[in-house]
Amino acid sequence: MIQIEQISKSYNGHAALKHASFKVDRGELFGLIGPDGAGKTTLIRILMTLLLPDSGKAQIGQWDVVKDYRKIRQHVGYMPGNFSLYRDLTVEENLRFFASVFGTNIKTHYHLIKPIYEQIEPFKNRRAEKLSGGMKQKLALSCSLIHRPELLLLDEPTTGVDAVSRQEFWQMLKTMKDHGITVLVSTPYMEEADLCDRVALIQNGEILEVASPKNIVDHFSSHLYRIKGKERLGLINALRSLSLFTKVYPFGEYIHCTSDQALDSGVISEKLRHLGMEEIAFEAAVPGIEDRFIELMA
Amino acid sequence: MDSIIIDQLTKKFGSFTAVDKVSLRIQKGEIFGLLGANGAGKTTLIKILTGLSGASSGKATVAGFDIHRQVEKVKMNIGYMSQKFSLYEDLTVRENIQLFGGIYGVSSGFIKTKTTQVLDQLGLQDSAKKLVKSLPLGWRQKLAFSVAIFHEPKIVFLDEPTSGVDPITRRQFWEMIYAAASQGITVLVTTHYMDEASYCDRIAIMNAGKVEALGSPGELKAAYQVDNIEDVFIKIVR
Repeated sequence: MIQIEQISKSYNGHAALKHASFKVDRGELFGLIGPDGAGKTTLIRILMTLLLPDSGKAQIGQWDVVKDYRKIRQHVGYMPGNFSLYRDLTVEENLRFFASVFGTNIKTHYHLIKPIYEQIEPFKNRRAEKLSGGMKQKLALSCSLIHRPELLLLDEPTTGVDAVSRQEFWQMLKTMKDHGITVLVSTPYMEEADLCDRVALIQNGEILEVASPKNIVDHFSSHLYRIKGKERLGLINALRSLSLFTKVYPFGEYIHCTSDQALDSGVISEKLRHLGMEEIAFEAAVPGIEDRFIELMA
Repeated sequence: MDSIIIDQLTKKFGSFTAVDKVSLRIQKGEIFGLLGANGAGKTTLIKILTGLSGASSGKATVAGFDIHRQVEKVKMNIGYMSQKFSLYEDLTVRENIQLFGGIYGVSSGFIKTKTTQVLDQLGLQDSAKKLVKSLPLGWRQKLAFSVAIFHEPKIVFLDEPTSGVDPITRRQFWEMIYAAASQGITVLVTTHYMDEASYCDRIAIMNAGKVEALGSPGELKAAYQVDNIEDVFIKIVR
């Protein structure tokens, strides 16, 4: 559905994308995952024909993002990162407006947005600017789907949204699959990778890896251990002082340590006790997407 | 020793109760996470604790000062950093440090010594004359944190400090927070990213103006029988 080959884009000498390449299959829920400033928005804007690449080639189906921009704009749905609906139009007016811009009406593809739109329908006469964050997001998604696009591009739809609304939003994206709509969604939250069929990890304009969430974690090539202790800063310093690990970094409640070879946790615990560390539990850990991302960044 | 004591604190806007009889005690040097959905009341609570808004009823002391009667003392003893706005992008690194030091009224001698120290710690000596906007995002966040604790406050308030930063910078940032806490600075993190909360010593989850859950990340996961804080949160809010 999407083919990106060696796309590069610079702004005033700053390279936002460097030879980015990957493919998205038809019907896939595909995640573009990376921190702020990684190049996610630039890539999505190029696909949406809102920016021209400096070099490289990208296609959506058979359509080229430079030559066939009219076709792409007709058949792709887009939800930009900033709220882009008309604030002084009501919920229903916004939906009707977007339908008419795409030469359709609310009825034709209503079945597609019904489960989402029903949740905000009680507020259909409210101005868009008066909606809560979660409701704005549902309206924006409804508007981007009203012409039944073949592909949906979502730029950080879950940024700034609370956990409950985020969970509901991902649930909605999953139902797009049942309608045969391909979805490309960007996010800075690594833990959302698990909700995608496949993901591309992106950092400093470079695609680091493209795979299923499971395979990304499987590609983690070091031995990973985790440890929990009372005084985290002291523990981090003690672990580093052992010179046994390639990396030592905080990870939520734990500290993660990586090593090229398998280590005996009993021996490590003993060494740490020797350094005055109390209440420690050193054990092998299952890597997550963030661990792999860190490995790829280094 | 408690650094923040909140007792039956309430804030009403007309008939709407944004903060509803909240009581909390936060220890000196603790890293405390305040979680909640949009509209749960955490921003209102923080505004009261930082002296930007008055409470309708209830009591609170911040760094030993009463929020009703000693607002200016409270403000002098806290630092604040948000993800959205922290530094002036069109000032240089050094100018930003000097500006914030000046605002908090620390002496020029202190500013001079401490500026060198901060630049050394961050490895930014060569960038002191660069505009903040020319720095990579991760550096800006680390600098913003150093600026927030430049005047050596008793408490620092952080609003979603690491959302959107890369995984390595994020961890360097948390190490800076651990270091500040080990020096006795109390850290209060507000966020709606549950992932960020798991780095805190203790967390409170707010819903509809009330504190619905309080404990270490491990305790809360055990109490709600789930694997992560996100699921604790969803169970509470639903």
